[in-house]
Amino acid sequence: MKKVIFIFSLFFIGFSAQAQEIKTVKKKKNAKVAFKVDGICGMCKKRIEIAALKTKGVKFAIWDVKTHQINLILDERKASLNTVKQNIANVGHDVENFIATDEAYSSVHPCCKYRDSEIMLDHEGELKKKKN
Amino acid sequence: MDQENPKDNLGVAGATVNWLNTNIGTITNEKGWFTIPFKKEYKKLVISYIGYKTDTLIIRDLTPIHHFITIQNELKGITIRSKRDAVQKSLFATANTFTVNNDELLKAACCNLAESFETNPSIDVSFSDALTGTRQIQMLGLKSPYLQIMQENIPSIRGAAQAFGLTFTPGTWVESIQITKGAGSVVNGFESISGQINAELVKPFSDNKFFLNTYSSLNGRLELNTHFNRRVSEKWQSGLYIHGNYRGEKFDKNKDNFIDVPLANQINVMNRWQYTDAQNGWVSFINIRFLNDEKQTGEINFNPTLDKGNTDSWGSEIDTKRFETSLKLGYVFPEIPYQSVGLQLAYSNHRQDSYFGLNVYDIKHESLYSNLLFNSIIGDTRSKFKTGINFTYDKYNELVNTTNYKRKENSLGIFFEYAFDNLEDFSLTAGVRVDTHNLLGTFITPRLHLRYAPWENGVFRASAGRGKRSANIFAENQQLFASSRKIDIDAVDGNIYGLNPEIAWNYGVSYLQKFNLFNKKGDITFDFYRTDFSNQVVVDWENPQAVSFYNLNGKSIANNFQLELNYELAKNLNLRTAFKYFDISTDYKTGKLQKPLQPNNRFFANISYETATKDNGAQWKLDFTFNNIGEQRLPDTATNPTQYQLPINSERYSLLNSQITKVFSNTFEIYAGVENFTNVQQVNPILGSENPFGPNFDSTIVYSPIFGRAIYAGLRFKIK
Repeated sequence: MKKVIFIFSLFFIGFSAQAQEIKTVKKKKNAKVAFKVDGICGMCKKRIEIAALKTKGVKFAIWDVKTHQINLILDERKASLNTVKQNIANVGHDVENFIATDEAYSSVHPCCKYRDSEIMLDHEGELKKKKN
Repeated sequence: MDQENPKDNLGVAGATVNWLNTNIGTITNEKGWFTIPFKKEYKKLVISYIGYKTDTLIIRDLTPIHHFITIQNELKGITIRSKRDAVQKSLFATANTFTVNNDELLKAACCNLAESFETNPSIDVSFSDALTGTRQIQMLGLKSPYLQIMQENIPSIRGAAQAFGLTFTPGTWVESIQITKGAGSVVNGFESISGQINAELVKPFSDNKFFLNTYSSLNGRLELNTHFNRRVSEKWQSGLYIHGNYRGEKFDKNKDNFIDVPLANQINVMNRWQYTDAQNGWVSFINIRFLNDEKQTGEINFNPTLDKGNTDSWGSEIDTKRFETSLKLGYVFPEIPYQSVGLQLAYSNHRQDSYFGLNVYDIKHESLYSNLLFNSIIGDTRSKFKTGINFTYDKYNELVNTTNYKRKENSLGIFFEYAFDNLEDFSLTAGVRVDTHNLLGTFITPRLHLRYAPWENGVFRASAGRGKRSANIFAENQQLFASSRKIDIDAVDGNIYGLNPEIAWNYGVSYLQKFNLFNKKGDITFDFYRTDFSNQVVVDWENPQAVSFYNLNGKSIANNFQLELNYELAKNLNLRTAFKYFDISTDYKTGKLQKPLQPNNRFFANISYETATKDNGAQWKLDFTFNNIGEQRLPDTATNPTQYQLPINSERYSLLNSQITKVFSNTFEIYAGVENFTNVQQVNPILGSENPFGPNFDSTIVYSPIFGRAIYAGLRFKIK
């Protein structure tokens, strides 16, 4: 009897070790990713989120105006993070290592020109007003 | 590590850790541990994870880091001070839906849900009869049975509760109301035809710790509302809500020997429990509620103990007891915020014992509702769906004079609702459900909503859908018992009182444009809706001696057009106006007629003004509501003796209500108001009132207020 239990537990350990291995190698179906995207306003938010969601494999995208962080849930089997970043840069928003081309940047609405310090200041005023 | 949950010593797995402004980063492992390459120029380490606050740490040396991250509490979001409108019209919702929030509900002295629509142009409020003073609501020209009225998304005012149910929800219990015009959602059943109204009740979590409201009016009505809310444990909150109203004085201002408003007495108690475990994604509500309502009306010297059941004096008593309980359970997958499972269970037991002169009407209705639904996405969050299964059971037992009607209904349904939103200018909701019902058969209910925004601040909507229901002919038309009319049912071997179920299609289009004129906000809405009955239970009371119920043979169509304009005239001074046009016709056995007691049009205006709020919340609020109600066709009385004949149409009339509120501070306010300022009164609301047991007695033809001017005052006291 003891032997049987021993064999069973061996099996079990073996299984769980294998399972764990698979987990680390396996690409996650619902991987959570977060990174920074440059932008300033609600219009930017919409543009960034739509660009992310339009990337195949991206299931969920929320960009925060204040922290500039985008939180994604994506299927790693279908989407690569770089594609998402590239797609966001393509609509005119800078991502780490994926700087939007001048052409893409020029396509954003004048109020979204996040590289312009004056416009940024304008929006900061807005944020403050809302906070008070 | 999770700030809230450090005990089990588990870290947060899968959190992102990276150096600020670089792409050098890593993800924490299953224990919440991480290692990250370090360079001298890296100073700021950013730790982030969905659902948690993002933290930035300043790193000076290579000592191990042990950091707690805090759960992001959604309730602590940014507070936006731009004042929320009391009625919110969305540019983004797919259906033609608007939300009436608490500020709006306070504009009238709404003592109960039935009265809370008086400042709302989309819903028409009328009186059901000359005796009970019960208000009836209508949308798109159709009475409340054709609306689906829900309490926190559980169908509530239906069956036996249809006639008086709205008066059983005290106004202070209501947190907000969502009104959807036209075809509703398939999630809550197949019964809705012309619209859906959902009342969200106050929640133990967000309501005041203590709230007190008293109300008194010169017509003898006294009301008292108290709320107690407390935190029982970290995850449990509980609320106890007690409502009482009383009217003990008899008034007969129009000298017809009948009291103008009934004597009333209501006790209504609700206990709510709210469970929230945001961390693991669980939310739950448990409700228990008990109601006892007593009304007495009739001749001024009517004494129930002596005169009940005989012809000495005409009187009526309506006693209602209702018990209800519900459970809601929701689970949001913590890892996948767009996926959730919900369960709703509700049971109610409603019992009404009543008599109207010599007519007896008792009804018992037991009801069970259950709904299990699953929400998720297809691909990404632009495509969402809801699917589920529900089961309902209703048991009716009615006594109409000497006839007993019993019936049991049960249905099992599955539904699927798909919603697409491109997050820009287009969205769509398409739902379908299949139900198998023991009396209505197996049938499909499709419903569709579309939204298209052609340009900024403008939105075009369209909807279409089907509804089916069994008509509770007595419960819905019980005002007819207070007349000498004979009841006649033209049975056709159907399953419900021998009649067939009602089936209707509703189509509608709507256009909303928001604008900014002279730097002030405004919006304009055009609505057109049409309800087309393929079958209806026609309530024919065109013969003054009888009321007949029969299935539609021909057409029955309700057309409704509404133009609404809202504009901020000056700072804190808002105007809301609406014009409505109705064309509601039905093929009766005697030919096509306009629906009786339906105004052909209505003009509505509301002006509200508030002074600026001081730091302690002190301010004045002022509100005027004007209604101009068009001609109404009166039921045919041509065969009556001349003294009991009424004109073909009623005359136009106007009503003016007003209320003033003085807010002293965030804890205390008083209000006073006048209803029916100009004292409009129907001259002779009860036909044959001098001989109530005679052949011409009829209290059902009511087209304007019975009680004249009414003055009221009240106070509200709350502790946060």
